[in-house]
Amino acid sequence: MSEEVAAEILTTHILDLARSGRRLDGRGLDDYRKSSVVPGFVASADGSALARIGETAVLCGIKLEPGKPYPDTPNAGTLTTNAELVPLSSPMFEPGPPHPRAIEVSRVVDRAIRAAETIDLTKLCVTSGEKCWTCYVDMHVLDHSGNIIDTASLAALGALAHTTMPNVRFGVAEADAPLAIQHYPVECTFARLGEAIVIDPSVEEEGAANGRLTIATDEAGNVVAMQKGLIGAFSPDDVKSLVDRAFRHGDRQRRLAKDA
Amino acid sequence: MGSGHRPGPPSRGRGGGRPPPDRERQLVLPGDEIDAHGLQPGPGTYRVHGRTYASVLGLIQHRPPVVRIVPLSGRYIPHAGDVVVGTVTDVQGTFWLLDIGAPRWAPLHMTGTPWKIDFGETENYLRVGDSVVVAVESLESTGRIGVTMNGDGLGKLEGGTIVTVSPARVPRVIGRGGSMITTLTRHTGAKISVGQNGRIWIDGSEEAIRRVTESLRLIDEEGQRSGLTERIASYLTSTEAPAEGLMPGPAPPTRAEREPEGEPPEAEDEPRLEE
Amino acid sequence: MGSVGAKDVPVLMSPDGKRIDGRRADELRPLAITAGALKQADGSAFVEWGANKVMAAVYGPREVHPRHLQQNNKAIVQCRYNMAAFSVDERKRPGLDRRSQEISKVIAEAFESVIFVEEFPRTSIDVYIEVLQANAGTRCAGLVAASVALADAGIPMVDLVPAVAVGKVADSIVLDLKKEEDNYGSADLPMALVPQSGRLVLLQMEGHMTRDELHRALDLGVAGCRKIYDVMRQALLDKYRADGPAPGVAA
Repeated sequence: MSEEVAAEILTTHILDLARSGRRLDGRGLDDYRKSSVVPGFVASADGSALARIGETAVLCGIKLEPGKPYPDTPNAGTLTTNAELVPLSSPMFEPGPPHPRAIEVSRVVDRAIRAAETIDLTKLCVTSGEKCWTCYVDMHVLDHSGNIIDTASLAALGALAHTTMPNVRFGVAEADAPLAIQHYPVECTFARLGEAIVIDPSVEEEGAANGRLTIATDEAGNVVAMQKGLIGAFSPDDVKSLVDRAFRHGDRQRRLAKDA
Repeated sequence: MGSGHRPGPPSRGRGGGRPPPDRERQLVLPGDEIDAHGLQPGPGTYRVHGRTYASVLGLIQHRPPVVRIVPLSGRYIPHAGDVVVGTVTDVQGTFWLLDIGAPRWAPLHMTGTPWKIDFGETENYLRVGDSVVVAVESLESTGRIGVTMNGDGLGKLEGGTIVTVSPARVPRVIGRGGSMITTLTRHTGAKISVGQNGRIWIDGSEEAIRRVTESLRLIDEEGQRSGLTERIASYLTSTEAPAEGLMPGPAPPTRAEREPEGEPPEAEDEPRLEE
Repeated sequence: MGSVGAKDVPVLMSPDGKRIDGRRADELRPLAITAGALKQADGSAFVEWGANKVMAAVYGPREVHPRHLQQNNKAIVQCRYNMAAFSVDERKRPGLDRRSQEISKVIAEAFESVIFVEEFPRTSIDVYIEVLQANAGTRCAGLVAASVALADAGIPMVDLVPAVAVGKVADSIVLDLKKEEDNYGSADLPMALVPQSGRLVLLQMEGHMTRDELHRALDLGVAGCRKIYDVMRQALLDKYRADGPAPGVAA
């Protein structure tokens, strides 16, 4: 793990560049890397999408299986989100139990999906208090070249938006039907590099960052989830201006997932 | 994407023999039998029952008394005498451990520095995250890579930045007779130190660093194609500031020009077509 | 990994010798390999084989973690074969089950048999296989992907290692089982070949075969491995051919 000690002069260089509004890979402070969403990547899933932001790649697969509603929400289905930072994706990740970082990615993406009411969980109820669908959102990180959260969120939304409910297979209805999507949340992550704040940090920038802020927005103009991460701090004014940036980029990113 | 194969007739005749290596470019894969021309098996090859095979992916090179394979990929494999750029990953009482991109971390003992250090004082000289230029001094059968900071052009790096390219690209970054480095320094005025391990230190104005970085990215991606030096020169010319472009005055002297002998010696070992 | 709901056993072999997907007994499923599919890994490959999709990555040789696994005289080869939760019909719980651990072990041993591990004492060569979509034969697909990834990572080894499963369905010995054949067939025999030596470095078997059938199965598997070997080679040549000095470069 500690094999990945960042060279201090590289970190300093990244901070120097940011001070004059530049970045290591030539992007401007507010430039996102090229993003793409390929839906239907995995036929064994009920829905799936491979999302890429730059060289970062996350594959999300959706599985719907019959389950039992929670006692306190007898008329709703359930949603389970899980992210795997498999050691294939980065020299920093090792085999073993889920790293706290993987848990953070799942939780942050889960919050956005849930809070935005991306899917209407009551529609996943089959028989009140008895039978419902459990919707599993499994995100598999394949290449960690920075900004896993946004890539995972894009993959999850792309996968949900292209999911078919396996009604026939489980004898729930006569025909399969598309999973209805109500809202389209996406995450936008920023990294503080000195006094500059860049969007969509690369893995090198994450290593140099003093603070990371993720803001999830929906298409209706709501902020639906936030997460401040890494060591560092943001002022309320920082956050206000980042929210504007998150909406600007979010609208483009959610179209990628929706129209893929 | 990828190479497709639909089951059907085999793609080439293999009457019991093995596929011939692609002779035109001498690119071989592990397991390919190679024509040793009577030479001894060198690095990247092995011999079984009198036949010589490649063990790594790369280009064949007949360099009497051995035939060897110049790898086109993989981690940096150190050789004694290599000058490399490393980063401190650990500090101990009498030595530091350096990540030089090799299979193992390389210990730099305090006696291998120009400093007079007392036991336990190592951290006052180099800390985790500091970068250095060192030379590979010894390679032991245990895999231990001994490095030293005593020598011309070796020492702690201050300022500038580090760009990493594939170690297989280093001969291209240097160019034949140092031509690529000369081109880069002449057009940008940057100071450049090329480690054999593919880590390259660049110092100069922000603009100079940016243009060298972009050039190195092109070299890393375009690799061994012909005319690379010309294309890099043309990129650098096209990105010159107008004032510079109008008056291409002499660039400030650069490290490479001042100390051409300081360049790593492997530049001429660049794989080439069969002579 | 049976599908939900009892179904009748499908017709696995038609009277004119065609299999459930129309293949002949000695025919492989379509196979496509991309060498160098990932940025972070030292070497990688993506394999699409029939309805299997498998990604493999190699890191190393690098420092061993945990350190007590270090070997004084050679590199250790560690393998992690893992199936994504969504790779099979019924969601698989994340994490390595006993099957995955066993497959990881035999694949690591197969590679340690061909890698020149003594060149890198006290280091680790880490092989990671992620099955993204499974349809029988994933250990072979994973091994093929990992072998290409090892070559892409510049690891010295005796040869590339093609692998394939042979099985018995409806009393016929057939090459490269797909899911229905695996579920309803009567034998499964995955193997991995070192073409340079003609020896097998992975061999497992489950089911019933007579001596004669086993002989034929081995021969069929070796012939299949040689076809797969060509595709593996081509994937690497496709990636690296552009890297060689272009013809006509003055030396």
